[in-house]
Amino acid sequence: MAEVAEKTAAVFPPGEAAAGTPAVKTVELTKRFGRTVALAGLSMTVPRGEVFGFLGPNGAGKTTAVKLLLGLLTPTSGEGWLLGRRVGDLQTRRRIGYLPELFRYQGWLTAAEVLALHCELAPLPRSSWKDEVRTALETVGLTDRANDRVGTFSKGMQQRLGLGAALVGEPELVFLDEPTSALDPVGRHDVREIIRGLAARGTAVFLNSHLLSEVEQVCDRVAVVDHGRVIASGTMDELLGGTAVRVRVTGLTQADKNKLSDFGRVDDEDDQITFTNLNPDRVPDLVAAIVAMGGRVHEVAPRHETLEDRFLQLLADEEKN
Amino acid sequence: MPPVLVIARLTVQESSRRRLLLALVILTLIVVGFSAWGFNKITTVTNSAGETLPTQQVDLITSQLLIVVTFMFSGVLALSAAVVAGPLISGEVESGLLLSMLARPLRRSEVVLGKWLGLGILVAAYAAGAATLELAAVDWATGYLPPHPIELTLFVAAEGLVLLSLGLLLSTRLSGITAGVIALVAWLMGWIAGVVGDIGTGLQNQALENVGVVSHLLLPSDGLWRGAIFAMEPDSLIAAMRAAGTFGRANPFAAVDPPPVPFLLWVAIWFALVLGLSIWSFRRREI
Repeated sequence: MAEVAEKTAAVFPPGEAAAGTPAVKTVELTKRFGRTVALAGLSMTVPRGEVFGFLGPNGAGKTTAVKLLLGLLTPTSGEGWLLGRRVGDLQTRRRIGYLPELFRYQGWLTAAEVLALHCELAPLPRSSWKDEVRTALETVGLTDRANDRVGTFSKGMQQRLGLGAALVGEPELVFLDEPTSALDPVGRHDVREIIRGLAARGTAVFLNSHLLSEVEQVCDRVAVVDHGRVIASGTMDELLGGTAVRVRVTGLTQADKNKLSDFGRVDDEDDQITFTNLNPDRVPDLVAAIVAMGGRVHEVAPRHETLEDRFLQLLADEEKN
Repeated sequence: MPPVLVIARLTVQESSRRRLLLALVILTLIVVGFSAWGFNKITTVTNSAGETLPTQQVDLITSQLLIVVTFMFSGVLALSAAVVAGPLISGEVESGLLLSMLARPLRRSEVVLGKWLGLGILVAAYAAGAATLELAAVDWATGYLPPHPIELTLFVAAEGLVLLSLGLLLSTRLSGITAGVIALVAWLMGWIAGVVGDIGTGLQNQALENVGVVSHLLLPSDGLWRGAIFAMEPDSLIAAMRAAGTFGRANPFAAVDPPPVPFLLWVAIWFALVLGLSIWSFRRREI
């Protein structure tokens, strides 16, 4: 498909492609493998310079979406644009970095040689390779292993190297597919810092991850995908609008608990009842209602909804539908 | 450096760093050493009168033995090319090695051509190196040199390239081991079909003869091998076989005529078709 798309005229003229167009745009992008629908009509826009989190459970279609955008898979239908030009355009790929989920690099080359290879393929001017390689090695913390063969690296080190390779040439858009899957907590922290650094210099980052706390910490905007469809998207603030309140209470019957659903979605676990999307102003009313039913309130703990809460809720809602 | 050459360089570099080249060089030196010793023994053979064989007879025996030794070399080359080409693309797709590379401005056609070129350089270098060493050893041991050493090298190299091309084509779709095994079996079947064709010629049976012709068109490795044989045969032997009529042509280790020009043209077309098909197939592969 990549070859076919290369020949396809760009939707946006080159001048327009340089600015003003989103980093990623898809319209009804669909991929089927036989009868299996891997991606069902993905339509989304990722603005330039933002860190975009693409979330979803295993098999939701996250990696398929990235591979479609990079021209590694052929869409069954729909369209996509990267940096204002159609997916598969060769020139656009000069401005893109990619760390695959299945990261693997030439084991017979040294780390510096792998990075130089990516400089060559990018292609960057030969005079810049040395600095690019040095900077990438420093960024991912592999300077002292620059001349070691990749075959001797641990998985975590190979993932760091892959991240370094994705960063050569100061790309305008970077796809990171589960970039911390093989990393220890220090490595994960480093990756978050690298992503923040990319955002600071205006690079758009498309981050595929199941690690919700990680996404919550670095992303400006997220989309949640399940069974190949986007089931929610927006900025973090839009997605995490509500507050959850956990109440530890005894003396209520199941019928009493059911009546409390007026205060929001109820998650009942032994003597802990959690109300999601509850306006904090209504907490006194909730406590009064419990007491009126004869319940004994031991603890009331309001807390902000986490991305994990929201994610699980979205998936549960999707399951019901 | 153009992307095709970058991929070719990587392919050569991988073979070198994985010590494939070193292993082949060592094995080749061992075989050449042994064969030199064996060929030298021909010159010491005596007839019933206790005299060493005349030069003409030594040349004849040497040429026949050289054909057998070259058959082994061409087999090693074909086998190596098939086994190495089998996983050349599929292995890197399966491992994920190509993912980050194909996200660069790199055409899939450049990957296919680069890998073909890289392995093709190795095949040609091996054919040239092994032929030079073996012919030098034979010359030293017996004083015999085949009449067309350059053609011999070219035909053996081309046979290796055929197997490389077939393995690479299969590698765009099948797993490495499957592609390698199919290429290898195809090479053996091609050789056997050539033998069947020879038998057909000997028996003047058109159907059997056609088996050989069709197999040479589908996979020209055996046809090229016949070219290599012809390049090694002394003129006196060719004249004797021609005099023997169709019977003289019914020998898988003999060639009465050089490969016809239309066949050589077909080989060029075959390479273009197989490479084109490989590119087409890889472009459509989901990665």
